[in-house]
Amino acid sequence: MNSSTRELVTTLSAITHHAQQPDADVRSDSAANDPNPPPGVWHVIVGRLNEAVRVVVPPLVTLAVLIGIWQLATSAPGSSLPSPTTVVSETWELIVDPFYDHGGVDKGLFWHLLASLKRVAVGYSLAACAGVGIGVLVGHSVWAMRALDPLFQVLRTIPPLAWLPLSLAAFRNGHPAAIFVIFITAIWPIIINTAVGIRNIPQDYRNVARVLSFNGPEYLSHIMLPAAAPYIFTGMRIGIGLSWLAIVAAEMLIGGVGIGFFVWDSWNSSRISDIILALVYVGIVGFCLDRAIALLGRLVTRGTASG
Amino acid sequence: MSDKYLSIENVSKTFGHGRKAHEVLHDISLEVRRREFISLIGHSGCGKSTLLNVVAGLTPASEGAVILDNREVFQPGPDRAVVFQNHSLLPWLTVYQNVRLAVDKVFRHAKSAAERHDWTLHNLQLVHMQDALEKRPGEISGGMKQRVGIARAIAMSPKVLLLDEPFGALDALTRARLQDQVMQIHAALGNTVLMITHDVEEAVLLSDRIVMLTNGPSARIGSILDVPLSRPRARLDLAADPTYIGCRAAVLDFLHRRTRFVEAA
Repeated sequence: MNSSTRELVTTLSAITHHAQQPDADVRSDSAANDPNPPPGVWHVIVGRLNEAVRVVVPPLVTLAVLIGIWQLATSAPGSSLPSPTTVVSETWELIVDPFYDHGGVDKGLFWHLLASLKRVAVGYSLAACAGVGIGVLVGHSVWAMRALDPLFQVLRTIPPLAWLPLSLAAFRNGHPAAIFVIFITAIWPIIINTAVGIRNIPQDYRNVARVLSFNGPEYLSHIMLPAAAPYIFTGMRIGIGLSWLAIVAAEMLIGGVGIGFFVWDSWNSSRISDIILALVYVGIVGFCLDRAIALLGRLVTRGTASG
Repeated sequence: MSDKYLSIENVSKTFGHGRKAHEVLHDISLEVRRREFISLIGHSGCGKSTLLNVVAGLTPASEGAVILDNREVFQPGPDRAVVFQNHSLLPWLTVYQNVRLAVDKVFRHAKSAAERHDWTLHNLQLVHMQDALEKRPGEISGGMKQRVGIARAIAMSPKVLLLDEPFGALDALTRARLQDQVMQIHAALGNTVLMITHDVEEAVLLSDRIVMLTNGPSARIGSILDVPLSRPRARLDLAADPTYIGCRAAVLDFLHRRTRFVEAA
């Protein structure tokens, strides 16, 4: 269980976060049905603005300070890294036109990101399906857990890139090899969290299922998956983060189109500013992926954590 | 004891093996008539819940057997619907869906989808929950959850309704209201009911017979009390009724003085 402590902590925070949801819904509903719209709407708008200011301003201030420090540190002539202003001026073409395509690997950043996202989408979807399936098996069957869990605990510590040479040898092609690396990186947290979620199904729900004489598929769809959904989505969220970490590294090695390759290519051509711009994009896309899975999880597990 | 419907025959339950063996129930025998309302009362930890779980089929008996309507009980099933102590509603389903899930499972072949919908609504109306169909369990009070639990159980049209301290976690007023509802439902549907409680008034008010268990380990039936009060029973009128007072005194006497009488004998 030690191994999944981190996942559990994340789950707990997800649950507490989730428990606040119904209140928020009620509030927005009552606002929508307000019989006297003008003052109500006005208050809501002012409230929302206030909230937006509280959420958005602090990180913007931090960002401004950090960029200021970066500017000061790199503004001296002969500095090894470019300053923010240099980065913007040198990468202006890339910023304003992410969609150009000059053939080969000479494409805009949008195409590189899209290629990376496609690989992640395939590898991650496979990992999510297989991970939930294996996790249900391991969580439900004591013997499956005894047989598989020690193996998983060893395999999951192997760094993603260590799988790449083996994967290249097996598939003899960079594209499926990269997808396999995504798959093998994302699957462990999904398996482990799903299994923990299944093992933690309260006895009450099992008794309900037994009194109703549910068969296997009914138990899976009516009890297991909904009861374990918060855990499953915690695993999927960790998985998508790891996938994005792995794809950039894997693409540096396999070449072709992709944001990882773009970074490596820029390094080989000494375009440091391009690397910095790419990193900004990588960070923003990773953040969006994480939020997308979190949002999906909140929608799917509505109500599961409360009660 | 004619027309026995549910019979518990020489049931013993031992948990663990060898030196760690721990006998909870010892040689329990009880015959229940159709439509009878039976309360099981005893001190905490005496094995009341274990006995109920044996009848439900959730826990297998070590010795003896439970026979319902001439068939031996081997596993849980919807003919012995349980209302659990902590309601056990599925939190991701609405009130309606919680009951509908049970109705769909039990009447999948016997009723059409429209009939199952009507039957679900009908049972929720019996417990006066028809106005909260789309609420989730997290959004309703403890008493309401328990009412939905009762609706889910009676919607299965069980042969025996098993209530495991259904009102234990509720405040006194809510509890009284739910007791009245259970009496109404029992009068209307004529269910056979086995209820665990440790509330003396509740046992006397609701039951035809009160089965008193001795203290564990190795709990056995200490005494069975008939409650010869006519139905329908009104809570307020009973307070001064000599039969009611006599029954209550007998149960209290058992609980406070005679729970160890088997060991002494």
